[in-house]
Amino acid sequence: MAAAAERRGRHVGLALISPALAIVVAFFIIPLGISFALAFRAKDGSFTLQHFDKSFELYTTDLVFSLAIVLLSSALIAVLSIAIAGYLTLGENPRAVAVLRWLYRWPLFIPFVVAGQLMRTFLAKNGMLNHVLIGSGLIEPLQAQSVLDWRGIVIAFVWKQAPFVTLLVAGAMASLDRQHIEAARNLGAPRWRVLWDIVLPQVRGTVLVGVVLSFVTMLSVLSVPLMINPNSPTMVTVDVAYRINTHSDYAVANALCLLSLLVAAGGAWFYLRHAVKGAEKT
Amino acid sequence: MTAALATMEAPAIRMPRRWPQTVLVAVLLALFAFAIFGPLANLLLWAFAEKWYFPSKLPSEYGFSFWVRVFNPRGDALASLGTSVWIAVLTVIVSLAVAIPAGYALARLKLPFRALILLLFLLPQAVPNMPIYVNIARVFYEIGLNGTVIGVVLVHAAHGLVLAVWIASASFAAVDASLDEAARNLGASPWTCFRTITLPLAAPGLMASAIFVFLESLDEFTGTFFVGVPDVTTLPLLMFNASQGGNYQIASITALLLLLPSIGFMLVVERFLKADVLAMVGR
Repeated sequence: MAAAAERRGRHVGLALISPALAIVVAFFIIPLGISFALAFRAKDGSFTLQHFDKSFELYTTDLVFSLAIVLLSSALIAVLSIAIAGYLTLGENPRAVAVLRWLYRWPLFIPFVVAGQLMRTFLAKNGMLNHVLIGSGLIEPLQAQSVLDWRGIVIAFVWKQAPFVTLLVAGAMASLDRQHIEAARNLGAPRWRVLWDIVLPQVRGTVLVGVVLSFVTMLSVLSVPLMINPNSPTMVTVDVAYRINTHSDYAVANALCLLSLLVAAGGAWFYLRHAVKGAEKT
Repeated sequence: MTAALATMEAPAIRMPRRWPQTVLVAVLLALFAFAIFGPLANLLLWAFAEKWYFPSKLPSEYGFSFWVRVFNPRGDALASLGTSVWIAVLTVIVSLAVAIPAGYALARLKLPFRALILLLFLLPQAVPNMPIYVNIARVFYEIGLNGTVIGVVLVHAAHGLVLAVWIASASFAAVDASLDEAARNLGASPWTCFRTITLPLAAPGLMASAIFVFLESLDEFTGTFFVGVPDVTTLPLLMFNASQGGNYQIASITALLLLLPSIGFMLVVERFLKADVLAMVGR
């Protein structure tokens, strides 16, 4: 009786979840499979690595460029989000904490394509950044230069993604037991030591998840590099769009996609392991 | 004498230590505010600039003539706004229709292969989306779904649904299951329990996931870039085209239209997503 009820419960569960699963399989798993098939298939249908040879021949610089940009952005995002979340948790000036809490989250839901447009005006040679630097006497008018190259992409990525990671990390820090923090502060530990030795080890998982999610997201952003720095060397996403829109070359495009997938896989593995472990705990 | 000196000295020692710190905090906050609001201010200037020539710091003329062009009833922008909102509404309906049952099952029912199912719902967040969009576009092109609203909605829903399942599952998990059991013991059917107890209690979280999915769809660029061409032009695509064409005023006004819902949501997000739900996301 109980076993039958349980079996029925499982069937109900599967029935409830199957439409969502079907959509994920149809619009995610199958296209991913097609990507693998096309990347390894020669014109006559046999297995080949020639598309990868061609990808490396044409786009090695861009592959390295993409990886470097995304790694640098991830590192900056990690440092910034830990610093901001750390101040929100340990800051002793309540007014400064309130202002920071209000400030940091503005870019949270701003889409990448809009962030690209914002930076395109802000970082241009005639943009506000240069005018403010000149106005404050930090640079001479002749020194003004456009930052719309790899630096612009990194700035746009960090501007848009750091608030997201900060939100996650600050949430994790807020739910920590404050006893250890108070104890360390009472023993005279400076705040950066408390952050580094007591708070950070306990929220390492959250920082990791946030940074890895950002890493993967940034790897597949097309709009920002297309708007800020479309000329070579640029990011692989721009090359993929170019192979498809001008050459209808799905083979090399998919080979390039798989190469960036490989880069993401390292990070994704880390993240999935953490997420599934969390799921099994409950 | 010594006691008097000590009381005299204490504030004198503390003052110079606190002042530089307060000033430093204020300067850092000001720099941070500039980093956050500088780009937004620059966009606002462009949105209201009639004329802005190269070396001048500020526009030489302000006005609304580009706004008139954007909001011209026969212009592209209003049509794109309509398309974007229509696609986003359809995406929310499709995503939530499948995510609410899935989230409930994940949170409350026993499922075979639970870890594998969770993995399938986590994967789309953990894998770059370019190969997905590229190949969906290729398949859609062959079956005639490219450049149709349905095609774009399906692509957006596949992405939004993953977020929606996570948040829905977290919202249902945050509802106390013993309320349900009590009602069942009093003879209520599972459907009545769900409709009158679990669903209303999980409603704020579900509302948040609907808003998330709506915004994701409204802001989505890459998928629409590949699947929507040439007939479906959403607001992000229109903004991108204007920007690439060098028309910064139109691009900035469209960007502003896209910014308003994003910033509005940022300001109210915590009212919908309580800490207890946020803590359950991804579990």
